[in-house]
Amino acid sequence: MAANGGSNSGAVNVREMIAEKKKKKNLSNFTEKIIPPILFLIASISLLTTVGIILTLITEAIEFFKRVPFWEFYTGTVLKPMSQNPEFGVLPLLNGTLISTAIAMLVAGPVGIMSAIYLSEYASDRARRVLKPMLEILAGIPTIVYGFFAFTFVTPIIRYFFPEVEATNILSPGIVMGVMIIPMIASLSEDAMSAVPNSMREGALALGATKLETTFKVVIPAALSGIVSSFVLGISRAIGETMIVTIASGSSKNFTFDITQSMQTMTAYIVEVAGGEAPAGSTIYYSLYAVALTLFVFTLLMNILARYVSRKFREEY
Amino acid sequence: MSALSENQKIRVKINDKEVNESAASEEKRAVFQTKNLNLWYSETHALKDINLEIKENEVTAVIGPSGCGKSTYIKTLNRMVELVPGVRITGEIKYKDKNILDKDFSVEELRTQVGMVFQKPNPFPKSIYENIAYGPKIHGIKNKKILDEIVEKSLRGASIWDEVKDRLHENAYGLSGGQQQRLCIARCLAVEPEVILMDEPTSALDPKSTLRIEELVQELRKDYSIIIVTHNMQQAARISDKTAFFLNGEVVEFDDTDKIFTNPSDQRTEDYISGRFG
Repeated sequence: MAANGGSNSGAVNVREMIAEKKKKKNLSNFTEKIIPPILFLIASISLLTTVGIILTLITEAIEFFKRVPFWEFYTGTVLKPMSQNPEFGVLPLLNGTLISTAIAMLVAGPVGIMSAIYLSEYASDRARRVLKPMLEILAGIPTIVYGFFAFTFVTPIIRYFFPEVEATNILSPGIVMGVMIIPMIASLSEDAMSAVPNSMREGALALGATKLETTFKVVIPAALSGIVSSFVLGISRAIGETMIVTIASGSSKNFTFDITQSMQTMTAYIVEVAGGEAPAGSTIYYSLYAVALTLFVFTLLMNILARYVSRKFREEY
Repeated sequence: MSALSENQKIRVKINDKEVNESAASEEKRAVFQTKNLNLWYSETHALKDINLEIKENEVTAVIGPSGCGKSTYIKTLNRMVELVPGVRITGEIKYKDKNILDKDFSVEELRTQVGMVFQKPNPFPKSIYENIAYGPKIHGIKNKKILDEIVEKSLRGASIWDEVKDRLHENAYGLSGGQQQRLCIARCLAVEPEVILMDEPTSALDPKSTLRIEELVQELRKDYSIIIVTHNMQQAARISDKTAFFLNGEVVEFDDTDKIFTNPSDQRTEDYISGRFG
């Protein structure tokens, strides 16, 4: 047997088969050429949509600023779009957004990072394999569920202890938003901490550091860029969150720092106005776009910040 | 080699109250006394009835083929081996007359006195300065001036000061592999240990960096007891006073390095050092 397959031995002749195949290459050459432009077109859909949305936002917002001066909009503390003499000051909405985000991060930040530390440094392999997917399931709960959870469960508990709290308030949705963001921060920070090579932990332990010292002085600094960007992502998630605040914080356009009161966020305002009667072409209709543009600029800034921060804090290893 | 052992005899341990010269140095104190040490990784019996006595201010080399338990052994000496899940240890290791395997023996204290240098350089992703200051800082030294001093002294001790003195605040990962390893040695010196364990410290380095580390070990033997695991038999012959030959988790032979390499008493040792296996 000429087992070592020369070109003219045995039943299977690989060389000839390849040569045969090559003749048919014309068609495949054509597909090789046509596929990349198609892929490009498909990829550009999302880009074009984004550009389209931004353009709409800007043109409609410009229309709004023709009716309500830019300065008045961004410094006004009164928002009364439905009244006889409507006033359009966006500060109550900005205030509501920032306060609810701050409350959410006060909950999600510490809890998220501590969960990440536990999962990455202390949990046994088996515990981690069970806990991490469970944590990620939390992230899959629809926000509307969180919304009525805030309204029908958290608010009554808060009011039981502090009866002066209003039925709709910013505190309860803030806390629940924090709960919603915990998995995101915990999971991303855990990824960042697990990515720190073990040799670094060993280096610290071998110097007589305790596990806690190793975690706080070696692992966390080394994972800081990932941790900080998980925080920034959490913040932009909180800024964009809509349903929870719409349901549990009511629609009072209060400009206040009292977290026991009802406030409205930018997103909740958009829900209210878009869902209610806002005849096309009216000032209140255009105000939607002005608020949406403001929101967009906010989240865009947060995303840019996230990129900057994750580069700035990177500890190379 | 004989010239070297003459040197040893007049070696004086710094920081020690009793200055042992001449006759006293004939009977060096033991730093580690290992008695009937057995170690299992889950089901694998990795160390079998190890009995060794390691003397202070000597360089002890641990040689043997891959998987013979030599790294496991030195990692047991600072209990780093316990980081491996499923490890079981029996027997006794006395460090200065205290059994370090006692559950109430503080590992942090042990590791402060018994430093370790790893196979792959593992500096922290911080500045050179912070790498050295890390150890003293976690042990409560906060004074900036004292830290500055410690950093300089440690870097000089690891003969890397001249190369890095102008870039102390740059990231340690900008250094070459050999420099990183000397930095790791300096980091270890910064907490002034008594013993330094070295787990194949030159296996990831080029010959030139290896030579520098070997020279450094010669310097360090004046003040420290050093236990070094090495794959490289010439290295063991060049730098050590005593050599332990491990095979399949057992100590086959432990003796003066000169004797092991010129006139071993066990056939397996001879086969190994003459390159017949491993």
